[in-house]
Amino acid sequence: MSQHESVNNGNSFPEIKEIVTKVSVNKTPAMMILQAIQFTYGYVAPEMLERVTELTGIPSSTLYSIVTFYAQFRLEPIGDNLIQVCHGTACHLAGAERITESMVMETGAQAGKTSEDRLFTVDKVACLGCCSMGPVITLNGEVHGYVTPEKVQKVIKERRECCVANGCKDHDHTAGKEATVSE
Amino acid sequence: MSSQYKVIVGMGSCGIAAGAKKVYDSLQDTLNDGSAKLVIGGCMGMCFAEPLVEVAADGKRVIYGRLTSENAAEIIAKHIKTGQPVIESVIWSEGLDSADANYFNKQQRILLKNCGVVDPESIDSYMSHDGYKALEKALKTMTPEQVIKEVEISGLRGRGGGGFPTHIKWTLAGKSAGPDKYIICNADEGDPGAFMDRSVLESDPHRVMEGMLLAGYAIGASEGYFYARAEYPLAIKRLRMAIEQANQKGYLGKNILGTGFNFQLFIREGAGAFVCGEETALIMSIEGKRGMPRTRPPFPAEKGLWGKPTNINNVETYANVPAIIFHGGAYFAQYGTESSKGTKVFALAGKIARGGLIEVPMGITLNNVVFDIGGGLQGGGKLKAVQTGGPSGGCIPAELCDTPIDYDSLKKIGAIMGSGGLLIMDESACMVDVAKFFLTFTQDESCGKCTFCRAGTKQMLRILERISEGKGKSGDIELLEDLATKIVQGSLCGLGQSAPNPVLTTIKYFRHEYEAHINDKICPAKKCKAFISYEIDADKCKSCSKCAKGCPTKAITGAKKEPYVIDKAACIRCGLCMSACKFDAVLVTTGSGRGE
Ligand SMILES: Cc1cc2nc3c(=O)[nH]c(=O)nc-3n(C[C@H](O)[C@H](O)[C@H](O)COP(=O)(O)O)c2cc1C
Ligand code: FES
Repeated sequence: MSQHESVNNGNSFPEIKEIVTKVSVNKTPAMMILQAIQFTYGYVAPEMLERVTELTGIPSSTLYSIVTFYAQFRLEPIGDNLIQVCHGTACHLAGAERITESMVMETGAQAGKTSEDRLFTVDKVACLGCCSMGPVITLNGEVHGYVTPEKVQKVIKERRECCVANGCKDHDHTAGKEATVSE
Repeated sequence: MSSQYKVIVGMGSCGIAAGAKKVYDSLQDTLNDGSAKLVIGGCMGMCFAEPLVEVAADGKRVIYGRLTSENAAEIIAKHIKTGQPVIESVIWSEGLDSADANYFNKQQRILLKNCGVVDPESIDSYMSHDGYKALEKALKTMTPEQVIKEVEISGLRGRGGGGFPTHIKWTLAGKSAGPDKYIICNADEGDPGAFMDRSVLESDPHRVMEGMLLAGYAIGASEGYFYARAEYPLAIKRLRMAIEQANQKGYLGKNILGTGFNFQLFIREGAGAFVCGEETALIMSIEGKRGMPRTRPPFPAEKGLWGKPTNINNVETYANVPAIIFHGGAYFAQYGTESSKGTKVFALAGKIARGGLIEVPMGITLNNVVFDIGGGLQGGGKLKAVQTGGPSGGCIPAELCDTPIDYDSLKKIGAIMGSGGLLIMDESACMVDVAKFFLTFTQDESCGKCTFCRAGTKQMLRILERISEGKGKSGDIELLEDLATKIVQGSLCGLGQSAPNPVLTTIKYFRHEYEAHINDKICPAKKCKAFISYEIDADKCKSCSKCAKGCPTKAITGAKKEPYVIDKAACIRCGLCMSACKFDAVLVTTGSGRGE
């Protein structure tokens, strides 16, 4: 227990307290708390898990068993831009492998990893549900269909230039979550 | 008197990915003179022609496709001004003979009736299309037993893949002791290459909710959960809105429609585990644990969520129920075959000319779907196989595509109906590669509980990798078959029991391709890297240098006015040069014609 306190002092990750309070009204909050943390910080660090244990009493072994089981949880922070390359069946047939290869080449990030300059994280995912438009990628939550290596070059160049020029960080990686249409 | 025009922009994820939002914005500017009412709709199902816009007036629908933010406003404004469709851009309109008309005309849209028609973000829109009328009918004029009876008459079978008769599940859950019972909607849609559930949830969320409400009434449950894939943010967002609106209108909550029936709905997001689509794993996951399947019985209908009786069905299964209750079970049962009643929604993708979301009566053939509805293959290619059922399903060769689509016929040829993904493959698909693809997936997604599933799929994958790397040995095919049988027998849940299917069906129907890889060291489809070489056709090369610039290993060299050359030793055969070349000058070869 004292160890936990020395790590966190109860002050780090202030949002976690809010999350825990909000989510704990549900019957089985562990997974939802972790999902909310991932949504807020973009990843789940061991110290965050300890903080959750501290606040809720859920054993950290339980929390670890969840974050290591589900592919969605990341244990490391992501780069400034998050790219998901779909490797579902339709996209595989449409040439997803080439898209990932060119993504790796353009961003310098190996699949599943973040580039050294921390500008890009490239992930392979299974099916984004737009299978008729393969190959499909998402760039910071926005879906792009019929992607070609040429388009990859173009969008990565644009993003790189924009991020370097404006120092823009923390794109809304969850843009899709808020894809509201103006009424 | 001028009629009131309604302009609907298709705003499913596919539409948005294709630029529907920009089209919407451009129309907003044009139509703000009040000449038409601009609204959003869900997925119209014609992914091949996104972005789509429908102009509706006096019950006549005209659907435009392949629009851009540049031309949409002009086309739509012209239609409204002249009152006449702009024929060149019409994809479908009743009675109009457009090139793509068959895509719609050959379908039977009951479940998808509202998709692309109602505004998925408005409960009023759903209600103006008979929404919640089935619920009202059931609550006010039917007993729970009568609801189940109607479902029995309809012959509805589960659309999540298993095809289990829905009324049997409901009866069992209904008989289990209450008062706490649950309804779960399986919206995990893990089959990569399928998007039926996503489209329905994004386009007509209230229909699914109404189906769950009816199930809740039938079995005596008052709480329901959606378990939705996290990769479907738009579907989740629209569900949230729909639940909120239904609460406001009194279709959810306490004492619904004054009948004393209480029901509430909640959403749980998945976190990226295919196995969580399996019902017992899904329940564990809602309970906030690792999603590991358990043995059945007890079935969820007896002991499900938090140990209470639970009815779990797929999105599409629930979405069928409102029409069954509203029109009667016989209405649904008039479609389909003796053992597979009704219609089925399919996600048509792969190398098909017209891909998208379709609904057809059970019993029509795969060829009907591919050629009549789908318009044949992309670029006039030749049909090689149709894959049904995703990682649990099989590859059906072109020769067998006159097989009717129903649960039993597909089973007979080694495939399954599955949840509704139909992947169309042409000659460019390598069957060993396809088998390897699925095994990579299932091996990765195995939860690890059963040894045969965990270790067996890994061994099968190793053999497949060996074959595709040119190190296949005689006896490998037999070894695959042997392992497959054992994995099927030694696995607890459907994941392991069906994981070998893609391998078994490709061996059964495309054994010669495996043999070509193993014995002749050839990949007939020119896909597997170990068996192919890239070279540049000197006559076609225009020395533009695009290929060299895109080469990750700098294996391509050349100079102005001289044809470029690939250094085969440095080439990693990624094929990026082939994608980059505008002159078809990059060739890929396999077998004896292949220069080393
Ligand atoms: C590995 C595995 C994955 C599954 N994935 C899904 C899925 O994504 N969606 C679904 O509805 N059913 C899925 N199922 C089937 C469910 O276990 C269950 O049979 C289904 O939800 C029942 O609904 P239904 O009777 O309406 O089809 C899966 C089964 C297995 C074994
Ligand atoms: S396979 Fe890529 S979006 Fe479905």
